[in-house]
Amino acid sequence: MSTEALPQKPTDPVTPHVPGVDDSATPRSPRGDTGRGRNLALGLWTALALTFLLAPILFMIVFSFNDNQGRFNFEWQGFTLKHWGDPFQNPDLAKALQNSLSIAVLTTIAATMLGTLLAIALVRHRFRGRTSADFFVFLPMASPEVVMGASLLAMFLVLGIGTGYVTILLAHIMFSISYVVVTVKSRLEGMDPHIEEAARDLGANEVTTFFRVTLPMIAPGVAAAAVLAFALSIDDYVITSFNAGQTQTFPLFIFGATRQGVPPQVNVLSTMLLVLVLLLMLGNVLLQRRLAKRDRISQAG
Amino acid sequence: MSLSLRRKMIPWWFAAPGLVWLIVFFAVPIFNQISVSLMSGDPEVGFELTWSFSTYADAVRDYHTQFLRSIGYAGLATIIDLIIAFPLAYFIAYKAGRFKGLLLLLVILPFFVSQVMRTASWQLILNDQGWAVARMQDLGIVSDGGQFLATGKAVVFGIAYNFLPFMVLPLYATLDRIDRRLIEAASDLYCSRFTAFRKVTLPLAVPGIFAGSLLVFIPACGDYINSSILGSSNTTMIGNVIQSKFLNVLDYPSAAALSFILMGVILLGIALYGRVLGTKNLTELAG
Repeated sequence: MSTEALPQKPTDPVTPHVPGVDDSATPRSPRGDTGRGRNLALGLWTALALTFLLAPILFMIVFSFNDNQGRFNFEWQGFTLKHWGDPFQNPDLAKALQNSLSIAVLTTIAATMLGTLLAIALVRHRFRGRTSADFFVFLPMASPEVVMGASLLAMFLVLGIGTGYVTILLAHIMFSISYVVVTVKSRLEGMDPHIEEAARDLGANEVTTFFRVTLPMIAPGVAAAAVLAFALSIDDYVITSFNAGQTQTFPLFIFGATRQGVPPQVNVLSTMLLVLVLLLMLGNVLLQRRLAKRDRISQAG
Repeated sequence: MSLSLRRKMIPWWFAAPGLVWLIVFFAVPIFNQISVSLMSGDPEVGFELTWSFSTYADAVRDYHTQFLRSIGYAGLATIIDLIIAFPLAYFIAYKAGRFKGLLLLLVILPFFVSQVMRTASWQLILNDQGWAVARMQDLGIVSDGGQFLATGKAVVFGIAYNFLPFMVLPLYATLDRIDRRLIEAASDLYCSRFTAFRKVTLPLAVPGIFAGSLLVFIPACGDYINSSILGSSNTTMIGNVIQSKFLNVLDYPSAAALSFILMGVILLGIALYGRVLGTKNLTELAG
């Protein structure tokens, strides 16, 4: 998967390639084409594209500090911290966010467990129907959300199950599993299966091997998958809108609010959620670094 | 139970809980949807399975405009995303040096804010009296005194925005995987930079272009958030129709038929893709 391991052979024998330094500005082709203008254009394009991607997020954060008058919060009317001081002013909004958070946490736990076990089965074991199972797991990611949401609602209707908190949770776990499987699988595929075989040869049974060897080794992948599941669940609008019944979630509340003007408290809470997910990601990266360091030390010692 | 049989069952113990969940809440609903689409009746009396295939014919007849519009909007957004994403992914893969990780984080950052929230932000940024629309009027993109919101342009804009990261990531992954020595070899053999790009980099990037296009096109076809928030009744997409039939009109059979036709169109796309590159590639690239 990764190309980092490939040796970078310098084309120019005089100036050796320094790892981490971009030497693309030095002439490579015998025609002596520097391509500096091209690089500048490319860099400019990148900056513009990133500005486009981040503009609405920046807008959202800035306007959480806007002292807005009236329903619509798009004209800058002065700086205020009052929305940050009282983000849960609207009880419906507070309830919606609470639902979203608890659904996301439960989804993360369930989908990460189910998906990790499934990924291990798909990568580590050769069994009949493995290829079909692989393809089947991929299907939910390739289906339009509106189709999945509508189909689930139709099934709940046929079975006479009322929609609400529980049905949202069932749906979120369903669409998160595939993403967890894909994330954990890519971690597993880069791992040496002989280590687990060695554990078994040394007398560890399947359960011990799993908890003492496999799980610690794939932990970073599992953590990344958990963050992904959390982000997917807390963000989902389409599938939720079909299966929510009278229950409100944070995205459903915002969607409803777009018609009458989104209150600035929504900007505040969205910004808080963004920071929360970024912190979770940062925590995962730091954890991985620590684990990698520990591995290096134990290997050296 | 013999030991060898127990060992054989182990992968199933691992796979079963997740697979059962996916079967019950993904596969069964989809198959159930087939039978719903062949029912007839109305919400007052209830629906009954009557094998009425005419629902499909009626759905195509009544909503072909929305189907074509969905495919058109999704196709346009896919092309726009490809144009925006290719240079961006190229820059991150080849020129970003040690800022690679940071730039990739910025590309996925929008995922950490609800799609509805981001679209709502665009709705406010692009409001008729706002700065952005005034600039677009200066540039002639929007007629003087005209609006950008509630037009097809705004919906395509929103879709292109929302699914852009899905185009950037597989493109980046494919470009980053290309063995640089191949490109260097091309220039050693007196290829101009442009020829080397056209004859080496671009063909090797094709799997990424396909994967990215599918990852944008599929969700874009079924999208209705952008059309609801940024569009008007003249920009209704098939997702809007399915949603309102399911949740407001309660015409389940025709909503089910519509979502099946949509699914069929998309599966056809995936099958064509599989023909070109093999499904293994697709699942790999999606990750």
